[in-house]
Amino acid sequence: MIVINGTPHDTEITDPRRSLLDHLREDVGLHGPKKGCDQGGCGACTVLVDGRRVLACLTLAAQAEGRSVTTVEGVGRDGGLDPLQEAFIEHDGFQCGYCTPGQVCSAIGMADEVARGVPSRVSPEIGAASFDLSPDEIRERMSGNLCRCGAYNGIVAAIEETYLDGPR
Amino acid sequence: MNADPIVGRAVPRRDGPAKVSGAASFTAEVPVEGLAHAALVCSTVAAGEITGIDLTEARSAPGVVAVMTHHNAPAIRIAPLLITLRGASFTRAPVMQDARIRWNGQPVAIVVAETPEQADHAASLVRVGYAPAEGRLVFDDLKVGAPQPDHVQGEAPAVLRGDAEAALRTAAARVDQVYRTPWHTHCAIELHATTVAWHDERSLTMWDATQAVTHSQATLAEVFDLDPEDIRVVSQFVGGAFGNKMMWSHQILCAAAARLARRPVRLVLSRSDVFRVTGGRTRTEQRVALGARANGTLTALVHEATTTTGINDGFAEQCTFPARVLYGADSFGIDQRVVELHTPANSSMRAPGESVGSFALECALDELAEQLDVDPLDVRAGLEPAAHPTTGKPFSGRHLLEAYRLGAERFGWARRSSTPRSRRDGPWWIGHGVATATYPYTRMPGGRASVTLSADGCATVRTAAHEMGMGTATVQAQYAADHLGLPLDRVRFEYGDSRHPAAVPAGGSAQTVSIIASVVAAARALTAELLHLAAPDSPLAGAGAGADDVEMRDGGLHPRDGGPGESYAAILRRAGRAELAAEGAASPPTETAQHAMHSYGVQFCEVRVHDVTGEVRVSRWLGVFDTGRIINPRTAASQFRGAIVMGIGSALTEETIFDERTGRVLNASLAEYHVPVHADIPPIDVAWLGHPDPMAPMGGKGVGEVGMVGVAAAVANAVHNATGRRIRDLPITPDKVLGL
Repeated sequence: MIVINGTPHDTEITDPRRSLLDHLREDVGLHGPKKGCDQGGCGACTVLVDGRRVLACLTLAAQAEGRSVTTVEGVGRDGGLDPLQEAFIEHDGFQCGYCTPGQVCSAIGMADEVARGVPSRVSPEIGAASFDLSPDEIRERMSGNLCRCGAYNGIVAAIEETYLDGPR
Repeated sequence: MNADPIVGRAVPRRDGPAKVSGAASFTAEVPVEGLAHAALVCSTVAAGEITGIDLTEARSAPGVVAVMTHHNAPAIRIAPLLITLRGASFTRAPVMQDARIRWNGQPVAIVVAETPEQADHAASLVRVGYAPAEGRLVFDDLKVGAPQPDHVQGEAPAVLRGDAEAALRTAAARVDQVYRTPWHTHCAIELHATTVAWHDERSLTMWDATQAVTHSQATLAEVFDLDPEDIRVVSQFVGGAFGNKMMWSHQILCAAAARLARRPVRLVLSRSDVFRVTGGRTRTEQRVALGARANGTLTALVHEATTTTGINDGFAEQCTFPARVLYGADSFGIDQRVVELHTPANSSMRAPGESVGSFALECALDELAEQLDVDPLDVRAGLEPAAHPTTGKPFSGRHLLEAYRLGAERFGWARRSSTPRSRRDGPWWIGHGVATATYPYTRMPGGRASVTLSADGCATVRTAAHEMGMGTATVQAQYAADHLGLPLDRVRFEYGDSRHPAAVPAGGSAQTVSIIASVVAAARALTAELLHLAAPDSPLAGAGAGADDVEMRDGGLHPRDGGPGESYAAILRRAGRAELAAEGAASPPTETAQHAMHSYGVQFCEVRVHDVTGEVRVSRWLGVFDTGRIINPRTAASQFRGAIVMGIGSALTEETIFDERTGRVLNASLAEYHVPVHADIPPIDVAWLGHPDPMAPMGGKGVGEVGMVGVAAAVANAVHNATGRRIRDLPITPDKVLGL
C-alpha cells in the first residue's frame, strides 16, 4: 500500500524492476512526474516521499511501500493551485512545462530542508538552525532540476516570492 | 482590430495552469487501448555490415510481441528532407532496409513487448554480429580538401567580392585566426516519444513529440507510400525541441513495428538513444580573417567554415551567415565546406549556424578592436552598412546602432576596463565582453489556418502548428483576438493536429509570422463569407461592401466609411447558422525577395574567472534585441532568456564527445553532457526596441533563436578581458583558461 496524494493505493507492483516513476505513470496513471532521463540526471521525476524530495526514477516502487508519496497533482490546495504554482505562472517559470512538476516538487522539498537547517554549499554558516532563502541558496539547492528551456530566472523568482516568509 | 490592442500585453500563458499542475498531457502519456511498448537495439560500430542477428533469446523473453530487423521490416522509402519542405527528415539514410551501418547508434532492431521493462530487457538479449569497416571518423584528417555543399540553407556556399586575400596581405591591421566549436546535443528534457496506432493497412494515427506536424504526416505518407489524408499526426504538448524534434528513424520504426505487431506501439527513446539515434549540432572549424584600416573599417572579411554531416545527409550548417550580413567591408571571402562522417545526421539546433558562426566572427572582431585599441562596440558601430553588404538589398528594418547605444548605457559598458587582466575581486578576475547577434527573418511557404465563428460570438482559430514552450498558444490567440476584433477570452486557438489546416514546421524562428499570415488570409476569407451571409435586412447588406470595405472590430463587421455594422453573432443568428468557418492560405513570402530581413541584437556580459581553478562564472547579462513588434513581453522575454541560457551552456560546458576510433558518443547522458543548471545562471536582463518591421506580417520578426547568437563570443571576449587569455575553442573549460 502506498499513500499517494493522501489516498491509499493498493495498485499491484507486478514487476520488481518497476521504478516508482513508472509505477506512478503507468500503473497509477499520474503523469505529473516526468521521465527526462531515467537515470537521476535531470530531476523531472522529483516527487515527495514522506515530505522529502526524491528522484522517482531512482526509487523502486517497492521502496515506497507504506510511505506517503506526493506528486505535483497533490500539492494544490482546496482544489486550486498552491501559491508556488501560481507564482510559477506569474513569473513565467517554465516554457515547455516538462520539467515543471519536478521543479515544483523539488522547491517544496527544498524549502522544508532550509527550514530544517540542512546547509548547502553556499550557506554562510554550517550548523545554523535555519537559513535565509536567498537567490543563491535557491539556485544552489535547485541545481538538480534541469530546465533546458532556460526558465531559471522565473523559477527562482517564483520560489523566492513564495517562500519569502519561510516555508508554509 | 481592437481599439485597445491585446498584442503587446504580457498575457500569462494559457497553458500555465495545466503545466504547473501536471495536467498537461505529453506524447508518452496519451491513453491508447491495447498499447505495447518498444525499445531499440542500436549499432555499436560506426561503419560496416551486419553479419547476423540472433533473436532466439529475445523472442523467447517474457512479454515479447514482435521483433523487427532489416530482415522483416517492410519496404520503407527514403524520407524527404526538411529543407525541401516536403518532409521533416535531416537524413537520407535508409531506415532498417539493409545490413549497412552508417553511424554508431543506428537502430538495427526494434523489440515490441507488453511493458517497457520487458521491451528493454528483450532488447538487451538481441545479439548482433558486425563486420566493421573503417569509417570516416577523424575530422582533422578529412577536413583537408573537403567539398563545398551544393547550397547552404538555399544560399550559395561561397560569396566572393573582390580579392579578400590580397586585401588582407596589405591591411594596416590584421586578425587571422581559427576558431573551433564542438558537437552539441539539444537535450530537450522530454525524451522523444511516439505512439502509433494503425486503423487498417493504409491508415494510422501517430501521436508524436514533434515540431513538424504537417511535415511528419507528409514524411509518413512518402516512406510508407500512403495517402496523407489517411494519416493523422497529433502533437499537443511538446517538452522542448530546439530543432531536434523532427522526423527521425524512431518514429518510422515505431510505425513499422506497430504494423508488424498488429498493436498500437509506443516508443520512448532512452536518454542515450537521444544522443546516438538522433543528430545534434555539427562541430565546426572556422577561419576568420579581418583586414582593417587604422580607423577600424574593414578592407577584407574572410570567413571560411568547415562543418560535418552524416553520410549523404547534406545539411550544411550556415556558420558564415552572420559574416554575410553584419558588417561592411571592401572585400569578402566567404566559403563553406562539409565533411561527411559516420555520425548521426547534422540537425538544426537553436540558431543553427549563426550561434557557432558568430562565435568565430565576434571573437575576431574583439581581437581586431584590441589590436586597434578601439572600444569593440565602437568598431562594430563603425562597420554598420547602409545596405546588405553582400547582396546589396535594402534592409527592411535594422536598428543595431540604437541597440548598441541602449545596451551600453543599460549595462554600464563605459565603466569596463579596456585593459585585460586588470580587475580583480579576491581570487576572481572580472571581465566584460560584447558581441552582436543576428538571425534571418524567414516565413516559410505553405501555411494555412481556419477561423470558425460560433453563434455566441466566439472564434476558434485552427492550424496544425506547434507549442514546444515558445508561447504559440497564447500569442496567436492574442493576435487573432486583435485581428478579429474580439476580446481575448472569446478566442480559442487549436493546434498540434494534422486534421487542422496545414502548418509550416516550427523552425527558423518562422512559426509566429507564418501563422499570422495564415490567420490574416483566413480572416479575409471569413469576411467574404460573412458579407455573403449578411441577409438583405442586415445593416451591411445595403453597403454593397467587399472585404476591403469593412473591418473586423467590436465583435463584428463594420464598414470602414463609418456606416452601421453588425456583430458576428447577429449575422449568424439572422442566417440561422450555428457556426461559420473559413480557411485561408498564407500569402507567398515575397517580402524577402526585395529586402534583407533579419532580427538583430547585442549581448553584454560580465564574467568572473577564478585565478586558481580557472572556473568561469557568468555574473551579469544583458541582451538588447531588435526583433520587430513583440506580441507578448512575458513569453518573448522568456524566449530571449532561454536562448541566452543555452548560449552560456555552449560557451562554458556543452560538448558532445565522439570517440574518433569508434564514432560512439561517449557522454550520452545528462550527467556527462553538461547543460546549464540553476547555479550557472545569473539574473538575465533583456530589453528590446520593438520597432515593427514594415515588411513583416504585423511587423514581427523571430525571437526564438537570435537570443543565442553572440552569447558564446560575448563570454569568450569577457574571459579575455578578465584574464588576458584568448580562447578560440569552445567550450571554455578551466583547463583551457589555465592554459593546460
